[in-house]
This record gives sequence, structure tokens and C-alpha cells, in this order.
Amino acid sequence: MIIDHPLLGPRDSAEFTYKGDARLIDRPDPEKGATAHDFYDYGYLRDNPAGWHEELWFHEAGDRSWLVVTRNTLTHEISKVELARDVARSRGRSK
Amino acid sequence: MRFSGLRVIKEALTGHKGWTPAWRDPEPQAHYDIIIIGGGGHGLATAYYLAKEFKQKRIAVLEKGWIGGGNVGRNTTIIRSNYLLDGNEPFYEMSLKLWEGLEQDFNFNAMVSQRGILNLIHSDAQRDAFIRRGNAMRLNGVDAEMLTTAQIKERYPYLNTEDARFPIKGGLAQHRGGTVRHDAVAWGYARGADSRGVDIIQNCEVTGFKIENGKCLGVETSRGFIGATKVGCAVAGSSSRLMAHANMRLPIESHVLQAFVSEGLKPVMPGVVTFGAGHFYCSQSDKGGLVFGGDIDGYNTYAQRGNLPVVEDVCEGGMAIFPAFGRARLLRMWGGIMDMSMDGSPIIDKTHIDGLYFNGGWCYGGFKATPASGMCFAHLLARDAPHPNATAYRFDRFEKGLMIDEKGMGNQPNLH
Amino acid sequence: MTPKNRLDGGQIDPAITHEFRFDGKSYTGHAGDTLASALLANGVRLMGRSFKYHRPRGVLTAGSEEPNALVELRSGARQEPNTRATTAELFDGLVAKSQNRIGSLRFDLMAVNDRFSNFLTAGFYYKTFMWPAAFWEKIYEPIIRKAAGLGSLSLLDDPDVYDKGFLHCDLLIVGAGPAGLSAALTAGRSGADVIIADEDFRMGGRLNSETFSLGDQSGADWAAATVAELAALPNVRVMNRTTIIGAFDHGIYGAVERVSDHLPTPLDGKPRQVLWRIYTKQTILAAGAIERPIAFENNDRPGIMLASALRTYANRYAVAADRRVAIFTNNDDGHRTAADLHAKGIKIAAVVDVRADAPRSHDFEVLHGQVIDTKGRHGLTFAEVRLESGDMRTLECGALGMAGGWNPNVHLTCHQRGRPAWNDALAAFVPGGVLPVGMTVAGAANGDMSTAGALRGGAEAAKRALGLKGKLPTLPEAEDAPVNITPFWYVEGCSRAWLDQQNDVTVKDVKLSHQEGYRSVEHLKRYTTLGMATDQGKTSNMGGLAIMAELAGKSIPEVGTTIFRPPYTPTSIGVLGGRARGQAFHPKRLTPSHTWATEQGAIFVEVGNWLRAQWFPRAGETTWRESVDREVLATRKSVGVCDVTTLGKVDVQGTDAAEFLNKIYCNGFAKLAVGRTRYGLMLREDGIAMDDGTAARLADDHFVVTTTTANALSVYRHMEFVRQCLYPDMDVQLISTTEAWAQYAVAGPNSRKVLEKLVDGDISNEAFPFMACANITVCGGLRARLFRISFSGELAYEIAVPTAYGDALIRKIMEAGAEYDITAYGTEALGVMRIEKGHAAGNELNGTTTAANLGMGRMVSKAKDSIGSVLSEREGLNRADDLRQVGIKPVDPADPVPAGAHLMKADGPVDAAHDQGYVTSACYSPNLGHSIALGFLKDGANRLGERMRLVSPLTGVNVDVEIVSAHFIDPEGERLRA
Repeated sequence: MIIDHPLLGPRDSAEFTYKGDARLIDRPDPEKGATAHDFYDYGYLRDNPAGWHEELWFHEAGDRSWLVVTRNTLTHEISKVELARDVARSRGRSK
Repeated sequence: MRFSGLRVIKEALTGHKGWTPAWRDPEPQAHYDIIIIGGGGHGLATAYYLAKEFKQKRIAVLEKGWIGGGNVGRNTTIIRSNYLLDGNEPFYEMSLKLWEGLEQDFNFNAMVSQRGILNLIHSDAQRDAFIRRGNAMRLNGVDAEMLTTAQIKERYPYLNTEDARFPIKGGLAQHRGGTVRHDAVAWGYARGADSRGVDIIQNCEVTGFKIENGKCLGVETSRGFIGATKVGCAVAGSSSRLMAHANMRLPIESHVLQAFVSEGLKPVMPGVVTFGAGHFYCSQSDKGGLVFGGDIDGYNTYAQRGNLPVVEDVCEGGMAIFPAFGRARLLRMWGGIMDMSMDGSPIIDKTHIDGLYFNGGWCYGGFKATPASGMCFAHLLARDAPHPNATAYRFDRFEKGLMIDEKGMGNQPNLH
Repeated sequence: MTPKNRLDGGQIDPAITHEFRFDGKSYTGHAGDTLASALLANGVRLMGRSFKYHRPRGVLTAGSEEPNALVELRSGARQEPNTRATTAELFDGLVAKSQNRIGSLRFDLMAVNDRFSNFLTAGFYYKTFMWPAAFWEKIYEPIIRKAAGLGSLSLLDDPDVYDKGFLHCDLLIVGAGPAGLSAALTAGRSGADVIIADEDFRMGGRLNSETFSLGDQSGADWAAATVAELAALPNVRVMNRTTIIGAFDHGIYGAVERVSDHLPTPLDGKPRQVLWRIYTKQTILAAGAIERPIAFENNDRPGIMLASALRTYANRYAVAADRRVAIFTNNDDGHRTAADLHAKGIKIAAVVDVRADAPRSHDFEVLHGQVIDTKGRHGLTFAEVRLESGDMRTLECGALGMAGGWNPNVHLTCHQRGRPAWNDALAAFVPGGVLPVGMTVAGAANGDMSTAGALRGGAEAAKRALGLKGKLPTLPEAEDAPVNITPFWYVEGCSRAWLDQQNDVTVKDVKLSHQEGYRSVEHLKRYTTLGMATDQGKTSNMGGLAIMAELAGKSIPEVGTTIFRPPYTPTSIGVLGGRARGQAFHPKRLTPSHTWATEQGAIFVEVGNWLRAQWFPRAGETTWRESVDREVLATRKSVGVCDVTTLGKVDVQGTDAAEFLNKIYCNGFAKLAVGRTRYGLMLREDGIAMDDGTAARLADDHFVVTTTTANALSVYRHMEFVRQCLYPDMDVQLISTTEAWAQYAVAGPNSRKVLEKLVDGDISNEAFPFMACANITVCGGLRARLFRISFSGELAYEIAVPTAYGDALIRKIMEAGAEYDITAYGTEALGVMRIEKGHAAGNELNGTTTAANLGMGRMVSKAKDSIGSVLSEREGLNRADDLRQVGIKPVDPADPVPAGAHLMKADGPVDAAHDQGYVTSACYSPNLGHSIALGFLKDGANRLGERMRLVSPLTGVNVDVEIVSAHFIDPEGERLRA
């Protein structure tokens, strides 16, 4: 597969390490009342869709960016690649 | 019809006119006591044991395509019970024991071949871990033996011990491990179940569950609604898609595992060998093909195909330990969708919905588990209580912190 | 002497003669021959044996789809089983052997199987060999295994080298027949980056096998001229002997170039084959079509082959398969073969056409009928024909061409989601469904069966693929014959009529498969093994499918088709492995002191990709233990040095650096003073221990984090995840500096004295106490880092300098330490000392242990949120009898306490149900004079002093042990603070 890195352009997916569902960005915040059950849900349950999937890839053999790649799990087509940091910010994560 | 050597001879002499279909092709009935979704190895085994061991009646297996078309028809055929952890070892040993008597039990030669499996050791830390595992097996009454490199060389004289990047420091052997003719497992169970009255319904895709007041009343299918008192799901890589119809999210991701077979060769591999410092394992089929595999591709997918980097990775591993295989040719490669769970171990449990049961999360280890999975799932469906050897395979183990993590990789499925 | 079946003309070079041997007998052929064409030229029709019945086999095809003529090519370590004689280029000195036989090829003892074929029908083995159960592995299976398989491996290491490479292009053209070449011309002249690849050594595809002209040239000449033009274009890469093996995601294709397979041995420095990964924007599949056979009784004798193969042998290789040939056809193309052979002076016994409206010829007889049987033990002698009138005719012939129509070569279109679609006019599947991204199909592969159609289709496809404007290039005039075919798959009533000639699958087997309910295409394939031969069904699937369709009362497309999977043709495992074998399997990472350690005669050990010194043997030491014991004792007595560069190092900088460490470590770092170091335990989010190490605060906004060697990569990845994905606005930057700093542990009571000679500045206990850290200089100004941390439990430091100075520093340390008898120690001594000290390492941090298991439960701060802290609270991880890390020593000091052994109660049962724990790490402690171990024990913290039984049934150990504190040496930690 080829991942079109937002900073570096098209790169072979073999340069990357895969982590999983980009929902892993949405770590519950215990300081805002998140419970153990929330962490269980976060840590263990997955939509695992057959279709479009936002997922985390790390450019391990490259610039060390974490990316959010929107990829179709049926066709492997990639429709969007973003810096995970931007996605995290857009989802309200900060410090 | 009972199969035997005499029967084969009789049919040969009378023009093979007497052979009958291995299973019927029935129309679905309006209601069953038990519906199993998924006509793969696990689903068919479940139906077989439900009928045979638990004397259940009015059972149907619903398969969206052709039976045996999932992972039971696309794996590397290995059976073994060389597990470490308490939650796993008795279950897999039960499975191996069932394999040992399976063909006589279901009267179909699945070519269960206990030719032995050997895990190569390449470092002291790996040896320590394998000794711990081998001891766990022995303490469970399971066979395990440490072999020296010299003993291994006797069986595999062409193993690269002279120029190995990661030296071979021995191996953990389970002599009762081996291989099975994988398609025959599906067919044997199907035939055995069918002859006991189970309706095996192919080309019948489940498109939804009918759930009222927290109880499952049946399934919507491509061939209409079929009612059921109990519904058991055994659909491996399709688990998340199926259970989404019941609004369930699972501790499972779907990944592709590629497998490979070479052209037919005269026998060179007496048993199964796994490389401990790379991703490669190999055996040789009775037909002569080297059957081998390695790691999963590592990204979520439902496509039954993988990509080139893993193909290369696997063949690099192969060449590292068997440089004589360089002149053998890879004939065919394919992919199967693995229901990779969050701790690498399976789930056989009731769901929170009455009458809806789940079997899945087998990762890439489902084939060897087929008989025990069928037996334990049948037990659960028939008796509403887990089989004693499958008590750990609960849904709630993740929330409670009772993971069964053989590899110690944590909640990242692609690392198991 | 000219071999008996050699004709004039063709594209061989009669001036170059090659001698070769087949089954020990010498023959000659010419440059441009394949092994198959040269054997046929010499009148050799029998080339192999089938898989199950050991029926005699000759060539079926003239291409890579060949299922029959498989040989063991070459000898010794280069022996190559199952090589298709039809693609093996002849070279002088070639040696080949037939395979899958016992005795000679003519008198194969295994041919007895054919007599028993009625007992060996499809799937017979599923129904028998079950009694008694124990006989399977001992008796039945060994017999079956020996009988099965085709060729043999030499089992000698493959002596050849394989390479890999990457190529990029705008357009990849697969196949260099008329469609591929016209596509390449169109694209090449436009200036686009083009790769055109063909599996054949001679490009041109069917143009080399046909007699018709393109414009005023022969097809072969036009192909040669076109290839020459393409080769001259700087933007076109012409690759012959190159097979595109698979279409992978996003326009990545695997290709194998056979660089040296046509040579006796690879030229000096050249690889045998190269695996290319071709990255292309667009692809034109112009892979042509493959003719299919017709099923009739005994259609498998040597001499019976595809009609198009007869044509190829005659026109391209100047070989008559035999001097008397018959044709059995259901379409006009069969007649073309007859006409071509006739023109070459070959006697046409007759053309047997199933159609009433077959074309007539002045040159040969055309019979309306069917071939219903054949004769000839080792090769065809007669064909029995039943005429439409009901009369019988016997044709004397040594070769019979089967012309059953053509199957477009859709293989690569199926590698992703493409599913072929049925075309009635061609009676064949054509590309269908969703093709791989950027792929278009042209020429015969797309069902465009005429030469003119292929030329046009190729050019148009190139235009479309590249978005070119303007007219197509002028294409030569060429034949444009329509396809006239009446589908005909098998002769009514036939039984032993072969569909899969290699695997011996006959019409009868398909009928049996249907009778027994194995009716889906996949069941048919798996039950009968139809299509599982080395041609992967290219010559066999359609026939089986058609028969199943008829039996099931369905159309062929309703029955479906099995899916083509990569590789397109069998691909050597060697080329897929490339250079990564032997010592080059993985790269080696060498530590900064490697050269120096090598000079000392160090023994090295693989630690991941690193090579680390394991111990440093000295003269007179005969066992590794002697060396290790010495290193440990010397270090504890005076001073030792060890290269610890391999530990992961991460530089953490920024105003939020301390807060960041608070997140990734379960213990607190916010209050760590500048100039101080702290042990840190990292959890995974699931609450299990991930890694441990130290974090040294060099400045308010600057930490240096260390990780274990094994987890350097994964911890760094995790830290970046936390930084980028969880706390994107923290002011913190990370960089892995593992390779940037050479780091040495200097340990032992005299370590300070040694370092004082090197460090510029005061490192007295007061100025630089335990757990201090600082940026310093050494040797009069070289920047360095000093940490007073200890893995050994001794007064110890770790000192780091830029890697380039690593070699110099180890020599300086040894020089400075000479007066204290400084000892270099390796990973073994390091391990002994950490076990003596009770420090957890990889064996304890095994991915299933919690902080509590490690005896560090209280380190998990409740005052803050950190990764893993919440899930570490789960009940299953906090049970009363959870494992705790303990020390273990033997009751009898002579006993071992080996790692991997399990702990049992002293007098209880010894089985899994009573398992109490296990040993994780073990060693001999030279300081204590007996073996010691670390392990995990249920409720271990409360069981110190308990006598237990330690068992390792696997290795035959059963000893009494005592549970003790894991701190075997200096439990109060006085030494490290000294």
C-alpha cells in the first residue's frame, strides 16, 4: 500500500507501523470523571468496520509522525491522510 | 452411508454408482431449536456435537457461501496443544485428544497426522520461556520435549545451523502435534452432522437478528426469517460485522493472515517447524507442497489477500533457516480473515442478549481448536453453562482484568 | 545430423548448436530453443509422468501454463524441480531429468497405479485408511507421501544470489504481444515513463508463433523492430524474461526477472533472479489468451497438445511435434493450425471439427465428428474418430492438436476484487468486476482475439491510461478474423478424459464430485484437486466448470469460477527471500566498543539485531562460567566496565517535559530536581508493565530517558503516540538518541577512582551522589553525560560520549582502570549481577506482569493520571494470591534453580492444578557460591522462608528450594551510595 503522507508525499506502507482504530486518540480523562468502564471500552472494544476505517499509522522508518489514515478495509482504498496531532486537536485534545 | 476400505472396493467394482451426497441441500424450516451461524469448521463441529453428544434436535447451520470456505479452508493445517497458560492449555489439549479420535468418530479420513511440531530456539531468554511453557505442558499431562540442535539436525539435516544470523540453540517439540487435511475437517463434520439430522443450509446469509425484550427470537437471512430458540454465532473474521446487527461491539479486530504453498515436492519436511527469530513456519502436505506462513499483515482488513512486504518477510524467514528451499517455487498464496482478539485468546460465551451465543476471537489459531471449540460451544448452547475447559473464555475477562495473554502483547490485536 | 523433427525457418539460430542431456541421453538443439522444443525436435515426446496414475506425459503447451512437461533442471545444488521444459531456455550443457517415477521414465513402476485407477477416484482417501487408527502415520501416510510430490529438491543450500529492487513508472504494460507492443509504442512515443514486461525471453507474444503479416513484415519481424524502437527510447524500459507475479494494492506489482536462468551458471556477480517491486500509476494488462483443451477418452497421451502449441513449435521453433498430425477443434482457429502445419510440410491426418459448418480446405481433410479415443502407450499412435454420420474413422497420427477455444488471461485482474464475467460469443470468461486500481485490459486478455483488434486495443488503452490527446499511431495492417466457435467441452460418454492432466482429474471425477454433493466450484476444486496443479488451473478449470454446470443444470457463470491468486506462475522462494539469508538475514547493529571487544577476544551474543559482548574469555579459562564468574567477582571487588549503549535513550525536551513523563511513567516525575535521576516504571494502557528505565533531569526542560534494549523501539513509538495523539499541545519534543551516545557502565568500589582520572570536575560522593546526573566533559573538554546509576548494585556510573568517541572512551577507561585491574564484563556478568541484586529485566517484564507482581505496586501513583493507571486497578490484576517477584535459592547449594522451572508446595502434588509460580531468571552467583534465581510466586511477599519444590519435568529437574528476598546482595543498598 502507499500512504500519502501530508508532509512527505506518497510513502510505502512498509515504512509505517500500524496501531489500530484512531479512536485510540480519544483516551478517557479520569480527571473529568472517566470511569474504569470507560477505559475498558476505550482499551478493548472496537467497531472493526467492514468499510471506511480511521486508523493510526506511525512513520517509524520516516519522520516519526503519527498519522490518521482513512482507509477502506474491504478495498484498501485510502481516502484521507492527516497528521494525528491535527486530528487530536480537532477532537479537543490539548495538554 | 458408512465409509470403509471395503466400501471403496465395492463401489470401484460397481461403477461408483452407490455414493450419495455427503450432505443434503435442504430448504430452511420456519423454526429451529438451535441455529448456528457460520458453516466453517467451528460451526459445523458445534452442530455435529450438539446432535451427537448433546442429543439436540432441530438444528440448522446457516452459511452465507459454501461450507468450509472460511478459515478451515484456508489455513496451514497445523494442530498442536503447546500452550502456556491455565486458561488455554487444557482446552487445546482437549482439542488435540479429540483430533486423535476424530476420524473414527465421524467416519471420514481427515488425515490427522501427528508428525510433530518443533519450535526452534535462538536465545537464552527464549529457551527460558520455552522451558517454562514445556513444563506447563508436562504439568498438564501433555507431551513436550526439549531437543538439542544435534537432535534437530538429525531430522532436518539441511537446517541452516552453520551460517545462521540467529543461531539455533535447540527446540521445543510436541510430538503429538502435526497436521490435518483441513477441508476434510469441514466435510467430515458436515457429513456427520447432516446424517444426524442437522440442516446445513448454504448460500444463506444472515442479515440481522430478531431481538425483542432482550431475547433473540431468530435471524433474518437472504432466504427469509428463520426462527430459533437459541442462536450461536461462529463466524470468525466476520464476527464484528455479524454482531453489529445485535448492536454489539467486540474486543476483536479483523486482520489478514497470508499462507503459502509451494509446488509439489518429494518429501523433505517430516514435521512442522517454526522459526523463532523470524516469521516463518512450515510443513509439507501429503501431496508434496510445502505449506508455510508467517505473520499477519498487521492492519485491519476484510479483504482475503495480503501484500508483498509480508510475502517477502515470510520467504526471508524461510531462506534463513532452510536455504535449500531457494529453488523450490511458491505456487499459490492466499489470505484468511482472522478474528484477532485483544488478548490473543478466544471467547466462547453467552451474550447479554438472551438466546444469543458467541464463539470467536480465535486469532490465527482457530483451526487446531476446531473440535474443542465445537464441543465447548455445543456444551454452552445445550446446557447454558460453559464447558469446564472453556470457563476462562468469557466476554467479561477484559473488563475484569482476567486476560489470557500467551504472548504478553496486551490489548493490541495485531501483535498477538 | 539434423534431428528428425526439425523444420526450416523459425526464430531459432541454426548456426548455434547446443548439446544437452535429458535422462542421461545426449541431444542437440539450437539457440532460441526451449528444452521442450529441442526434445520434440529430437522425436522425444515422453517427458514426464502424471501425479496420481503416473500416466506418460508429453508437452501440452508451449508456454508457462505447461502442466505436464516438468523436469528437474540442472544438477547438484542448482537442481531445480518442476521446471517447465516449455519455458526452460536451452543452453549448451543443459542437464535435465524426468521426475515422479520409479525406474526409468518409460517403465515407471508406479504406473501400476493406473491399473487401479478405479479404486483411486477423487477423494477415495477420505473414505478409507482409517483402521486401525494407529496405522495412518505408520503405514498409510508414509506410502502416500512417498508416492506424492513431483520433483525433488537437492537439499543443498541454494548457491545462487537473488536481488530485489524498486522501479517506478507512469505505465506498466504486462505482456509484449501485439496489444502490449502497440500500447508501448503509443505510450513510449508520448514520452511517458513506461515499463513493458514479458515472461518470454523473446518479446512479441503470439506474433512469434503465427505466420500472418503486419503490413509488409512478418509478425515476428514487426515485433523485433518495435522492441528495438522501444529499447532505444530513454523513457521505456523493456524487460524480457520478466513475469509480473502479482497485482498488489495501490498500483504495486511484483515482478521476477530471470537474469541468469538461461545460462549454465550466473555470470560473475550477477544474481540468478531479481524481484522487482514496480510502482506504477497505470497498468495495461496485455497478457494474451491461453488455448484450452477438449476432454475426450485418453486425451492425455504424449503427442496430444494444444493446437496453438503445435503452431508455436512449428512456426517459432521450427519443430514438428510429429510428421503426421490431427486436429480436433470446435472453432476456426484449429483450422489455422492445420493450414500452418500443412504449409510446413507436415501431413495433416485430418481436422476433426464438431461443427457442421466448419470451413473446408483443399489442403487437408475436414471431418465433421469427434475424437472419441486414442491409442499409444508412450505416445499417440492413433486417434479414433466418430463421424457425425455415426461412422468410425481411425487416424494414424503422432500428434493431435486440441483447439477448444481461447481463455483470455484474466489472472492479474482477479488478484484484488475482480471477478471475471462470462462472454457468450467467445465462450470464455473476460475481465470483470472491479479491477486493480489503474488497470485496463487490452488485446486477447480483454477478449479482442484478432491481431488487428489487439493492436488497436493496445494503442487505445495506452491513450486512455495516459490521457493522451490526438490520433493513434499508425498501426500496420493485420488479420482481423472474427471468432467462430461452438462451445464444446467434452465428448459425450467419456469417462477417463483428462481435465487436469498433472493431477489426473478426469471427467469421471467431476461427475463423482457432483454425485457426492461437492458442487460449488470450490468444493469441486478441493475434492478432486482440479486446478490445484502447478498451472493453477490455467489449462483445466474451464473444462471442469463446464461439466459441473451441465450436471447441475446451470450456466457456467452461475456455477462461478475459482479465484486466481498470485503468483501468476510459480516463483522461486529464493527470489522472494532476496539477499536476506545467512548472516545477512537481518542487519547487525554493532556497539561502539565492538572493535575493541573483538580485539579482546570477546564472545558475542545476538540481542535483537545488536551484537553484544557476552563475556571476555582469558587465556586458560575453559568454560564460559569461569570467565563470567571472574568478571562478576572482579567487578564487585574492584571495578568493571560494560558497554550499555544498546539501552534505548530518548531525549525529552520542552517546558512540559516533566508533565509528559508524569503521563508515561506510573510514578511521579514532576518534582524530580535538576541533576537527579529516578527509576521509572512504564505501564501499557491495560495496566501491565511495559518497560522500565531511568529518567535523568539534566535541566528544567530536559530529561534523558532510558529504556531496555529490547523495547527501545516500541517505547519510543509509544512515547510519540502519547505526545502526538493524546497531548498534542504539550510543549515537549522527543528524539531517539540510542545511536548518538556511546554509553558505558563503570561499576565497582573503585569506579569513582577510575572515572576521576577521566572526568573534568568533581565527582566525589558529596558533589555527585547516588542518582546524580550531569552534562560534563571528559579528557579535557569532550562533552559527555554522567549518571550515577547502578544495575549491578555497586557504586557505579554510566558515562556517555558522542558515539564517534565510543571506541576512544573504552580504551581510555581501560587505561585509567589498569591500576585497579579493571575488568570488562559482558551481558552474562551483567545478568548475574542484576539477579544478585533482584532487578527485574526482560524475563520479568514479560508483558503479563503488573507493577504489583514486580513488587512495585506502590509506585503506581494515585495522585495523578498516567497511562495504565486506571486499568491496573482491575480486580483480576489485584487478587490476594497474585504472583509476586521473589528470590529463590536451592536448599542444597549444589542444586540448580533453572529458569522456566515451576514452583510447587514442598509436599503437595506436582501438577498444573497445584502450580505456585515459576522461575524467570537464574544464574550461578559466584559471590554466594550457589545458584540463585528470581521468579514469581503466588502471594510470594508473604512466603519468604518457605521451603518449596522446584520442578522442571522437561529438563529433569526436581529440587528443594527456599523462597528468599530477591535482594541477594547488599539488601540495604549501602554499596551504591558509597
